[in-house]
Amino acid sequence: MPKKITIEPVTRVEGHGKVTIQIDDFGNVKDSRLHIVEFRGFERFVQGRPYWEAPVLVQRLCGICPVSHHLAAAKALDVIVGAGTGYGLTAVGEKMRRLMHYGQFFQSHVLHFFHLSSPDFLFGIDGDPALRNIVGVAQENRELAVQGVMMRKYGQEIIYHTAGKKIHGTGAIPGGINKNLSLEEKELLLNGADPLNADKMVEWSVAALDFFKSYHAANKDMVDTFAAYPSNHLSLVREDGALDIYHGVLRAVDNDGTIILDDVDYQDYDKYIEEEVRNWSYMKFPYLKHLGKEKGWYRVGPLSRLNTCDFIPSPLAQKEFELFKAYTNGKPNGMSLHYHWARLIEVLHCAEMIRDLLKDPDLQNDDLVVKGEKLHKGVGVIEAPRGTLFHHYEIDDDDKITLANLIVSTTNNNQPMNTAVNLTAKAFMNGKPEITEPMMNAVEVAIRAYDPCLSCATHALGQMPLEMTIVDGNNNIIDNKIK
Amino acid sequence: MSKKIIATTSLAGCFGCHMSILDIDERILDLIELVEFNKSPIDDIKKFTKQVDIGIIEGGCCNSENVEVLKYFRENCNILISLGECAIMGGLPALRNGIPIEECIHEAYIDGPTVKLNEEKILPNDVELPMLLDNVYPCHDIVKIDYFLPGCPPRADLIWDALVALITGNEMDLPYELIKFD
Ligand code: SF4
Repeated sequence: MPKKITIEPVTRVEGHGKVTIQIDDFGNVKDSRLHIVEFRGFERFVQGRPYWEAPVLVQRLCGICPVSHHLAAAKALDVIVGAGTGYGLTAVGEKMRRLMHYGQFFQSHVLHFFHLSSPDFLFGIDGDPALRNIVGVAQENRELAVQGVMMRKYGQEIIYHTAGKKIHGTGAIPGGINKNLSLEEKELLLNGADPLNADKMVEWSVAALDFFKSYHAANKDMVDTFAAYPSNHLSLVREDGALDIYHGVLRAVDNDGTIILDDVDYQDYDKYIEEEVRNWSYMKFPYLKHLGKEKGWYRVGPLSRLNTCDFIPSPLAQKEFELFKAYTNGKPNGMSLHYHWARLIEVLHCAEMIRDLLKDPDLQNDDLVVKGEKLHKGVGVIEAPRGTLFHHYEIDDDDKITLANLIVSTTNNNQPMNTAVNLTAKAFMNGKPEITEPMMNAVEVAIRAYDPCLSCATHALGQMPLEMTIVDGNNNIIDNKIK
Repeated sequence: MSKKIIATTSLAGCFGCHMSILDIDERILDLIELVEFNKSPIDDIKKFTKQVDIGIIEGGCCNSENVEVLKYFRENCNILISLGECAIMGGLPALRNGIPIEECIHEAYIDGPTVKLNEEKILPNDVELPMLLDNVYPCHDIVKIDYFLPGCPPRADLIWDALVALITGNEMDLPYELIKFD
């Protein structure tokens, strides 16, 4: 009998969404959808507000990576106030923002790995649901939990000292930054009491990576085949091809590693990127215009960044990057669970960058802001922890916002997450007489690999518990399962 | 002392309030000695499995699903806390109040600069999507709320002190520095 399964809401990800899975007469998965059920309307209600409010307002879309929105908006407004794109700021302006951003990446990636995903590694996809959470982790492996908690705290401290607040800070302003880093703050972050210092964070980042690598070694088949599929990948890269999460040009590669978009100045992003609307989700489906809807979708985030960049400009992370590349013979890596691997390499990169940046005397400079000739349009793009984030604002002569357009990281991963859900549903549910809790968790594990921030994506956020509704061919509910 | 049971949810919020709970940092390891978590986005409990002592609500109500979840929390929690500006007064999402919701939808799906090719003017309208409310509502407009913790997000120290007071049954002592907005 044909059935429809609904998974609602999905937990240990951030956001409101649910999954429906259609099962045909023979118990095979016909179709599946990840629905995003929240809508905020930010693009409209920000119209008419003064442009300088944007960096403070817009981060309230997402409390998980508010710094990314804060900085993407500030970068767009840099253009509007005539401070140029990316490199137009003073040294202290750019470096304080970078420090803030590395701190943010660090805490966000750590949160995702330790608090949200490590339960799946420690207890298994079919582990006891009552244990599969950070409390369970703390009981099973206290050291791991303590490291997760303290690493996140360190990242949050960096944000506090650069943005003024741990969540929803105000540090970046159009054309620069509103404070520098005092010598006391520098000392605290660089050489703070154990474990809250830069060297310890590098050491623990290496340990987290080792934890994942040994898990990978012991579970190779699962990690390598789980929701693995070919796709395009998009990210910013520095002009020389280096990984750069704060500024760069847009580059995309296809599954063979052929560059399909290169050196694109993101002020022109709308010439290259378009979004498809589907009636079953508030989250849109972006694609590269020149390739069309069917072939032009792409992945973003840690895995994609390591697929598009040529090298990582920090020594320990570069070594890990070489191992990562060698694993797929230099070709792009399409394995969903390798997102975790790539994410932890980025954690190490950020720890190294934070340590080195803190020693830079430019952070104590006083020339905080740049001014220039005002323009009416600005686009700011940044690599957020979850992938490329686009902010586009236009203003009128009264400095009021007339247009706002956001393409957030998780939206870029909409089609990829749907593809991962579909593959996982097929792998775990096809032909099975009964849908079990581990099968449903497998679907969530696939979504979780992408670390979706659905609040962002719908310009909203919340929780996704998982509920499956089984319906017959006429859409009558015949069973309802709740995880 | 038996452990108090806590549940949390995010309605039309940004998750920043949940992040602020995590900002109690090492104290989270003390907290889990004192309490047991039930339904929450940080664990895999999707439906209440028992009556809960303290329910923490982030975010106001912007759609029918938020309203259902909020009522479900009220039924299953002895004490309900509105955590943060969104739960208390709608917060940033309530900026849409006063603007017809159709305009917000049109801007996002038809008029925006990267949806120019949506010539058929497709809009999200599937039965799987909850109904949007005309306005974004604060939680106490929908159900009775017992405590309000202000801030966007409320500071971690405020959350900690309030929780400890509720767990130990002591009176809350929240100095002004802790509760002033932001
Ligand atoms: S009150 Fe602030 S931090 Fe909390 S959910 Fe609302 S916007 Fe986010």
